[in-house]
Amino acid sequence: MKKIFYIAIIFTALGWGCDDESFLNKEPKNILLESQIWEDESTVLSIIADLYVRFPEYQTVTGWQEFTNFDEAFASSNGDYWRHKSSEYGYDWWGMWDYGLIRHVNLFIEKCELADEVLLPSKPRFLAEARLLRAAYYFEMVKRMGGVPLILESMQYDFSGDPTYLQFPRAKEYEVYDFILSELVDIKGDLPDDVNIKSRATMALDLAMQSRVALYAGSIAKYGQNTPTVTLPGGEVGIPAQMADAYYQKALNAAEELLLDGTYSLYEKKEDLSDNFAKLFQDKANNPEVIFVKDYLQSEDGAISNPWTLVNQPWSGAEDLEGGRLNPSLNLVQSFEKLDNTYETFQTVDDAGNFIFYDNPSDIFAGRDARLEGTVMIPGSKFKGKDLDIWAGFILPDGTKVSGTYFGDKKTLPGKDVEEQVVGYDGPIDSREYSAQSGFYVRKHMDEATGSGQRGLKSSTWWVRYRLAEVYLNAAEAAFELGNSAKAATHMNVVRHRAGFTIPLVASDINFDRIFNERRVELAFEGHQLWDMKRWRIAHEIWNGITQELTNDPGKADAVQTRVFGLWPYKYYDPAGSVNNGKYVFVEKLPAEVTTAHRFRLGNYYSEINDGIINSNPLIVKNPNQN
Amino acid sequence: MKKIILPFLIGIFSMAMVSCEYDNYEKPNARLYGNIVYQGEPINVKYNDVTLQLWESGWDLNYRIDVTVSPEGAYSALVFDGDYKLIIPSHQGPFRSIENTETQSDTILVSLNGDYHMDIEVEPYYMVRNTQFSVSGNILSTNFGLEKIIKDIDAKDIETVYLYVNKTKFVDFDARVADAALAVGDIVDMNSISLSLTIPELVPAQNYVFARVGVKIAGVEDLLFSAVEKVNL
Repeated sequence: MKKIFYIAIIFTALGWGCDDESFLNKEPKNILLESQIWEDESTVLSIIADLYVRFPEYQTVTGWQEFTNFDEAFASSNGDYWRHKSSEYGYDWWGMWDYGLIRHVNLFIEKCELADEVLLPSKPRFLAEARLLRAAYYFEMVKRMGGVPLILESMQYDFSGDPTYLQFPRAKEYEVYDFILSELVDIKGDLPDDVNIKSRATMALDLAMQSRVALYAGSIAKYGQNTPTVTLPGGEVGIPAQMADAYYQKALNAAEELLLDGTYSLYEKKEDLSDNFAKLFQDKANNPEVIFVKDYLQSEDGAISNPWTLVNQPWSGAEDLEGGRLNPSLNLVQSFEKLDNTYETFQTVDDAGNFIFYDNPSDIFAGRDARLEGTVMIPGSKFKGKDLDIWAGFILPDGTKVSGTYFGDKKTLPGKDVEEQVVGYDGPIDSREYSAQSGFYVRKHMDEATGSGQRGLKSSTWWVRYRLAEVYLNAAEAAFELGNSAKAATHMNVVRHRAGFTIPLVASDINFDRIFNERRVELAFEGHQLWDMKRWRIAHEIWNGITQELTNDPGKADAVQTRVFGLWPYKYYDPAGSVNNGKYVFVEKLPAEVTTAHRFRLGNYYSEINDGIINSNPLIVKNPNQN
Repeated sequence: MKKIILPFLIGIFSMAMVSCEYDNYEKPNARLYGNIVYQGEPINVKYNDVTLQLWESGWDLNYRIDVTVSPEGAYSALVFDGDYKLIIPSHQGPFRSIENTETQSDTILVSLNGDYHMDIEVEPYYMVRNTQFSVSGNILSTNFGLEKIIKDIDAKDIETVYLYVNKTKFVDFDARVADAALAVGDIVDMNSISLSLTIPELVPAQNYVFARVGVKIAGVEDLLFSAVEKVNL
């Protein structure tokens, strides 16, 4: 009996085991099948989100160091002083050759096109977003590398041993720009027109991008003539000069379409114009100016929170044991105009060479463009309600300086017998990292919310990639280049009015220097500088490797800016009854760590395509003027 | 405890001895060296400014070897024996290459079997001639001439001439304690150009400086220099 029972069990077990073919055809539980993905909006959204996250950046809030490579800022961090000590930029710097990214977006487009529109009602929007991202990726590549192979569909290797059919030559530089522009024109109608969408593509982003792309192409065509050696015979680098006007016209049209539409407007919510300018980058509620961002969230997860406030917060009020890294340069600070539309360097001494005394350290900066204090924390200002403490020491009537080597260091002043503080809790102290070694801290992108300076939380502030003020300046520049200075003045005045200028510029005021400087001050620390200097072909002139004093001509586009300077406040110490005792004087200062002049070589205009890329595709030609 | 340590050490040593055979590669043995010259005279350039390229063909993938030219115009590379192609990229240096008779191009074929000395003859746009330095007080003056070498379609004008002074033998616009410049419009006689500058206080003090003349040629990125000279104060 028992035997029969066991046999029965064994047979039943075997019978089950052999039962069904589907046993080997189970659906996996750890990955999604393509058929499952393309019939569900939320999974498609997560794929396109990945493509958004991989948006290429050069200077951004997660990499403060990159802002110190040129002349906007000094790097107050032990690991980054080399940026002021090495003269040449490597030929491979800011390069990009990411065909993995291009392949992924191509695959997305191909598969999305096959998706069922009933199950995926947002299909046209997804497709338009992917095509906009692909256009944006190509824009990032073309502004770094020049013309690149235009690969518009995913490629498949057939394992025949001969990959030559997968090799494509570089397109001409203007062909890439034309492709980007035609894609943007093509998809515009499929994108939502909603001012509240900031981190996904909108019609406004499409137009803003068109104006930027066309402006770049136009200026390369026009100013490329100044650097005849920065071209390739096949047109992979360089755009024919006669194409300039057409591009400028496209830039103007796209910009004006957005500006006249009226959905967006400049951010003007705060009464104090400097606070208003700073808030523009923080206010996420009904922000009418911001067009496209990368969003962050204050969180313990380091990957989704914004570290900018943590790494750049003033040391005196820091919420953690770091901060103060990015120190805006005097080069940038003196570029902010006075409110009567004139430029002036800072007055530290009078005609006889004697110090000019200021009651408050902020007095020397008074009467300037409101964007100055919206972009830079000057001595005497506050952050998060706390006073900054930026002063380099005491200066005695005979010129002797008494200062310390640590934040808030104490010493005994001559004629006294008690120790007292001889340097600010924010520095500036040469070679002391996190101190304001240029005399300034950065304010743009800084988050005033509590906890934004803690390592465990960081900030929710977003990184603004496109905003309306740039579109105004794009329109102004394009109009100027097309000979319509009156229109250029009109567009520039909108932006300048928000900055506190009450005397409008007129047509005869507009020249290239004005266009240059308006972008410099409005768009500082927003990742525009390098690309602007490249497309205007002045990078090799302003960073020419020559050690020169700070220019006395701020606002001149071609002034040499090879080294970053600082402006240090000192307290005047003359207790023997001088009325100036305790007042502030200023000294222009080259930070001790700045030892070398930057040199942008002709070969830096387009980044190096390395031997590895050429080995795998011999059709690729190298960029000019390199090794 | 000691009982364990000894066999352990022996084990480590024997492993080290054995692995020697696998770790050691043959070292490069052939030194290719020489100068960049015009009629036998080295052409002085800026430190780290001018590079040559060595390519060894026959491999699946081609990767170049960059060879940097020293301020005195010398170069050297330690490589393996083999057949190389030496190229001066077209925009490198204040000179142009001379067509190589063997390859009918600017490529020079180099067959290495041990050390090899080779001067590379090129045509500079200009040469700095008869450079003389003199010191009086803390003023350093120089007088020199410029000889135009390339006079055909590739001929280029001078943009600016510079006088550089430094504390060390590296003297150029990067490494200098003082400089003086003269734009081309202010040059009267190409055969006698004078420049002078005030030598700043040297910290720490030294009773000599190094000086040389730099020439910026219009449309050429790399500067041409005269030979570095030690000047006693």
